[in-house]
Amino acid sequence: MAAVTRGSVGLVRRLLCEQYRRRCFRCSRSSVQFSSRLLHAASVRYGPILQFKLSDIGEGIMEVTVKEWYVKEGDKVSQFDSICEVQSDKASVTITSRYDGVIRKLYYDVDATALVGKPLVDIETESSPELTQEEDVVETPAMAHDEHTHQEIKGLKTQATPAVRRLAMENNIKLSEVVGTGKDGRILKEDILNFLSKQTGAILPPAPFQEIRPPPAAAAAPKSPPAAMPQAPPTPKPVFTGKDVTQPLTGFHKAMVKTMTAALKIPHFGYCDEVDVTRLVALRAELKPVAEGRGVKLSYMPFFIKAASLGLLQFPILNASVDEACQNITYKAAHNIGLAMDTSQGLLVPNVKNVQMLSVLDIAKELNRLQALGASGQLGTADLTGGTFTLSNIGSIGGTYAKPVILPPEVAIGALGKVQVLPRFDSAGQLIKAQIMKVSWSADHRIIDGATMCRFSNLWREYLENPACMVLDLK
Amino acid sequence: MMMTSHLRRTLCVARGRLGVGGCLPGGPAARPCSGGGGLSAAYEQGGGEGAGLILRSRSTDVYQNLALEDWIDANVDLRRRSVLLLWRNRPAVVIGRHQNPWSECDLRAMRAAGVPLARRRSGGGTVFHDLGNLNLTFFTCKKKYDRKRNLRVVTDALRTLRPGLDVHATDRYDIILNGHYKISGTASRLGRSSAYHHCTLLFSADRSALSAVLRPTSRGVRSNATPSVPSPVTNLLDHDPTLDWDQLLAALGAQYNSEFGFSAVETVVDPSDESAFPGVGGAAAELQSWDWLFGKTPKFSVDTRLELREEESGVRGSAHLQVEVKGGVMDSCRLGVSSGWLPAGLSGELSALLAGGRFCPEHTAAVAAAMLRSQPAELQGRLRSLCDAVIALM
Repeated sequence: MAAVTRGSVGLVRRLLCEQYRRRCFRCSRSSVQFSSRLLHAASVRYGPILQFKLSDIGEGIMEVTVKEWYVKEGDKVSQFDSICEVQSDKASVTITSRYDGVIRKLYYDVDATALVGKPLVDIETESSPELTQEEDVVETPAMAHDEHTHQEIKGLKTQATPAVRRLAMENNIKLSEVVGTGKDGRILKEDILNFLSKQTGAILPPAPFQEIRPPPAAAAAPKSPPAAMPQAPPTPKPVFTGKDVTQPLTGFHKAMVKTMTAALKIPHFGYCDEVDVTRLVALRAELKPVAEGRGVKLSYMPFFIKAASLGLLQFPILNASVDEACQNITYKAAHNIGLAMDTSQGLLVPNVKNVQMLSVLDIAKELNRLQALGASGQLGTADLTGGTFTLSNIGSIGGTYAKPVILPPEVAIGALGKVQVLPRFDSAGQLIKAQIMKVSWSADHRIIDGATMCRFSNLWREYLENPACMVLDLK
Repeated sequence: MMMTSHLRRTLCVARGRLGVGGCLPGGPAARPCSGGGGLSAAYEQGGGEGAGLILRSRSTDVYQNLALEDWIDANVDLRRRSVLLLWRNRPAVVIGRHQNPWSECDLRAMRAAGVPLARRRSGGGTVFHDLGNLNLTFFTCKKKYDRKRNLRVVTDALRTLRPGLDVHATDRYDIILNGHYKISGTASRLGRSSAYHHCTLLFSADRSALSAVLRPTSRGVRSNATPSVPSPVTNLLDHDPTLDWDQLLAALGAQYNSEFGFSAVETVVDPSDESAFPGVGGAAAELQSWDWLFGKTPKFSVDTRLELREEESGVRGSAHLQVEVKGGVMDSCRLGVSSGWLPAGLSGELSALLAGGRFCPEHTAAVAAAMLRSQPAELQGRLRSLCDAVIALM
């Protein structure tokens, strides 16, 4: 039954062929590209509306469920574009369009039952099948309307609107030989015209940008013989088709807006210093295999975090929290040191709980766990909340000095730059190679003064420049 | 409306045995393929026009194997030849094209156990794959699409190995052993001119593992997604412990040749070989993307009550959550909390932050953490318990 219907539709198309070929030729002459906008505005139709019936799926299946539409009414489709997914009896089927044209009507909603042999969509075509140059299009069976990635896998598909195809056909041009300058290599009318002019040296009909040329040239151009072009035909200026995209801020970004607004209400002051980590680098190199023997990956962060905790024992005000009205200050007992992590979700700050009770290796183990959770997208609220002090290792990506922003309800934060090999003078006045890392602290100036920050930083620095000192104070 | 079917394991009395080794062991008929040669070597073996190809994947990564299926479907000219692909995966849960992962499997248990989720392009229900489960994919042009004939290859091969074995294919394209237990389920995908039909074959799958994951993540999920229907299953090895994996594969290959008149020799292929299968890496990456795995879920809603408990004080409360999820994103979110548990407006604030975001625990935890930062200390405990209860649904 489907075959009979197809045949009759073809006949109708062939009958109308001559009629709208003429009509469409007039359209291209007036340089009006086919657009769906035009169709809505004008009452004149450019082509017949064809009912695209759901063809036989096979195995005697008479009905299927429509699961997903890839197009909506008003969308332009080309032959072989995917229209929808239907499902029947464990078989998932992609229905592709048989015609070029514009979708005028969808007969079913998602989850509705579609009948084989009955209309699925109405497509308004504007050219007969003979004009759709099948030899230029390679089959792309399971391609969705906007799944351009598949095009690379499945072979070239020349994109061109029906009007462009017609123009090419009338001038005996193979679309595969024309370079498309439109979006995703789409062939535009200008590309056909350029191709033509290169081939035959014919004079191009005046395109908008050509009118900007100085008058004498414009007057001279049509008079010069076709064979002897005075200059190369003007190359089409690349047209920037990018559009601004506006989206509402949602979820995480919206929440961050509130956090950051609150953060910058805190009067920040910054304090920067440099730390000579040459000895630390040597120590870590020595301890790395030992840690690996215990199944732990050891980086520099556990040392930085432990040293910070030892410093906080001497300067507990840096591990405090003030309430909103800044009336009360709470000295937090636990050192829950947060580590800023760059994940696919954005900036997340999981924290290591109770660093004051942990050894360097324990901290390393915790960091491994948090990093694994962060990578697999499993960080929960327990790990992400409750921090009292934060370190940001921005140096792992790059940078030296930074200006970190305090994360409320904390009162201090440190940003660590990258470790650089720099020339320094030692105590004997000799020039040596030193591993230098820059650190930038920010603190809440309402309760912390510069001197406190400076002393904390000096103590932290001493632990890292002389790791042996850390051993003396380890709890 | 036709009810689509499924394959779902339930806990059975007998235990299964996990297959050993990383990839399918080579049988006597298998030839390893060289570097970029891949299919061309196999073509030569196949014998030219109108021939068949038997391929065996050396990978046990579910995404690579699914990407290989897509590649064959798109790139092999199936009018000239048909293909049989044999593959198996490390433990993974595979849902059908139009299914809802939150109602089909326990995503939290899977994350904890390291079992990945995959969504295939064919329809049908949810299956648990592991190394004791063999997958067969029959690729043909659309005209030659015949599921009954493909299943006959499987049943005939089994009967060749063990004459008198009571296996037959049903109208629903399942294979039943001893008239009662399902050992194979089917799904297929039809494109414009090509089609593939794949089925599982339970050889020695671990049934206790699958019962832990094949249950819903959250209560209160309402959707029109294709449901799975459970049925009693068994392993071939449970029925006949003398069966051998390599022999089974060889018998299947031989029966494929015999049924369709081919003379193909089994060729081992590597789906991670980009030179042999250009674009397969990108396809595998797409199959792992959030947009494919979760974004392709048909729209659904969640409507449920949450039990809350503040950790420190032990005070209890309750909340009511209503979410509409479209394309994996929370289109609308309404969260009502029992009076007195939280200040008025706070649950509304949380709902507003969640709306428009992904129905995903990581995303929601990040939003919750960011929101908690700007809240006073005394509300932290209760707000966190509310956020955790919402995240537990995802």
